[in-house]
Amino acid sequence: MDANPQTPLVEMKDISLAFGGLKAIDDASIDLYPGEVVGLLGHNGAGKSCLIKVLSGAYKRDAGQIFINGEEATINNPRDAKSYGIETVYQALALADNVDAASNLYLGRELRTRWGTLDDASMEAEARKVMGRLNPNFRRFKEPVTALSGGQRQSVAIARAIHFNARILIMDEPTAALGPAETAQVGELIKQLKSEGIGIFLISHDIHDVFDLADRVTVMKNGQIVGSGRVGDMTKDEVLGMIILGKCPPGAVPGPGAMAS
Amino acid sequence: MTSAASSATSAAPNEPAIRRLLRATEVDTRMIGMIGALALIWVGFNIYTLVQTGEGLFLTPRNLWNLSVQTSSIAIMATGMVLIIVMRHIDLSVGSIIGFVSTIIGVAQVHILPVYLGLDNPAIWVIAVVIALAIGAAIGAFHGSLVAYVGIPAFIVTLGGQLFWRGAAWWVTTGQTIAPLDDRFALMGGGPHGSIGATASWALAALACAGIVFGLYAGRQRRARFRFPQRPMWAEYVIAVVGCFVVLGATAIVNAYPWPERVAAKYAADNNIPVPEGGLYISTGYAIPVLIALVTGLVMTFLARRTRFGRYVYAIGGNPEAAELAGINTKRITVLVFALMGMLAGVAACIDSARLDSATNVLGQFDELYVIAAAVIGGTSLAGGVGTIYGALIGALVIQSLQSGMVLLGFDSAFQQMVVGVVLVGAVGLDTFYRRRTAKG
Repeated sequence: MDANPQTPLVEMKDISLAFGGLKAIDDASIDLYPGEVVGLLGHNGAGKSCLIKVLSGAYKRDAGQIFINGEEATINNPRDAKSYGIETVYQALALADNVDAASNLYLGRELRTRWGTLDDASMEAEARKVMGRLNPNFRRFKEPVTALSGGQRQSVAIARAIHFNARILIMDEPTAALGPAETAQVGELIKQLKSEGIGIFLISHDIHDVFDLADRVTVMKNGQIVGSGRVGDMTKDEVLGMIILGKCPPGAVPGPGAMAS
Repeated sequence: MTSAASSATSAAPNEPAIRRLLRATEVDTRMIGMIGALALIWVGFNIYTLVQTGEGLFLTPRNLWNLSVQTSSIAIMATGMVLIIVMRHIDLSVGSIIGFVSTIIGVAQVHILPVYLGLDNPAIWVIAVVIALAIGAAIGAFHGSLVAYVGIPAFIVTLGGQLFWRGAAWWVTTGQTIAPLDDRFALMGGGPHGSIGATASWALAALACAGIVFGLYAGRQRRARFRFPQRPMWAEYVIAVVGCFVVLGATAIVNAYPWPERVAAKYAADNNIPVPEGGLYISTGYAIPVLIALVTGLVMTFLARRTRFGRYVYAIGGNPEAAELAGINTKRITVLVFALMGMLAGVAACIDSARLDSATNVLGQFDELYVIAAAVIGGTSLAGGVGTIYGALIGALVIQSLQSGMVLLGFDSAFQQMVVGVVLVGAVGLDTFYRRRTAKG
């Protein structure tokens, strides 16, 4: 980590979150630097989605601090998170099914005319531009998104995240619903965003995806951080060992969840 | 569904003329169905009365004018109920809110305001209406806060509200009927005096026609500015002609209904107008409550389609979690929607009590059921996310046409209830069937 002397874009410190008696996140710390992709790995239920939802404001943490650019941030709801430039592409494709692509793109941030009414025409025109860049085959602007394919819906969700000058992008299983060509497209997009200095948390259970795209990997197990390290310092097998056994390899910095050796 | 609104320009060859017309004009096929059902009910009742009494009683200016007045209060509330149901809630309390609000404003304009302002003060009706809207909105906002912030299901909150406000209405007057109300206030209920007459009706109709043409023109301009696909020109003409025809036809009908002979005679005597042979003919024109309902429909359509508030209501109904994650304050919107519903119930309370020229605690009983039925028949889906204001207006007209028609035929009220029940369940059944079919494509 000494290779990166600047202040982290995001630093989450000692975050805990419990649902009733169940500790979903237990003292987890994680950081992210500008222009970096950090892969967050773990089994289903390891706590990675929960940790990320704390950052995006969907869940309220029980303990711990969040620093954005070195300053402590107050994130209590999704609106707070967006005001810090944190945008999220959710696993469950958080789109309003019954409205069209442009309305989803601008949901919560609608363009308005000078009389304060919705400016649907401008929103549709902008949506056509953004979607033209992301997914040139996209044509169905007037239909509710429920009529779209998984890939088309995903491109709407991604368009929404990147259209508003995000500085921190959280992608929760962004390729889970996609075919190979669309997955490659998302990969290209991640590289492009990275070169623009955006920090990206990439959550996945597909280790190959993460190894191709991420600079660093952090592994979680049972709500705790097993360890994190640079992609080049570990093999895929070692990372699998972290995911399955919680065994931290020599190339990674161990966390509280690492198996005692 | 796939051939819907978006692809107006790409006309397939050999398409049947009717389907091409529907597609080019981008008219909702469900609306055609509803209007068809309405026409069936109207013609059916007319033929029935023709056979029974030798005279078609339903499709007369008099009956249609009455129908328009009777529909207005349900129609006004149905526009609010659409938004409530779109947000996956329900409001069972609107009928009781009517009862409570009407007794409060009844007491205010009969027992309280005249003491301070003097009898017949022109400010009385204004104050009464403001009170009605404020109390309605406050009750709605209270219900909405219980739903949004405490997390009690809307069904329970408004069921409790239904009992509570009906009881509260009794307490306001200890069950007495308050009458007569302020003269100006009573104009809101319609009647010969509460109507605007022939000249004003034609002027309004002309304005409405101009509005339709201008709206189509502005829409075309807007699409052209962003180079979006346009409707074919002939389709625009069809919409304009049909729209203006409906407006002018409705105006001709309400103007063909004259004041009752005795009212006209008294008016002539009061104003020293000579009564010609065969009685004085004064056109009634649009009734004031009908105009209130039409304006409400326009305002609510604007709210639903052109403002953030409306967009959020539909987005929340489509996917509450997504709306929350998009940063929408869903709780605030919930409170606002219920407050709006309560306010519309306040408007309905004014119209209903003005129409009877009295306020009683039983006013509006069972109205919630008709209002919900109107919204649902008008295509609002109880699953949330789907529903239109104009659909609810037509739905209200369908429900009220059935009701009035059966009264006209002398069906007893027990049978009327049974028919309305069957129609409600049947309409939702048809709708479910229709949706399942279109979902398959």
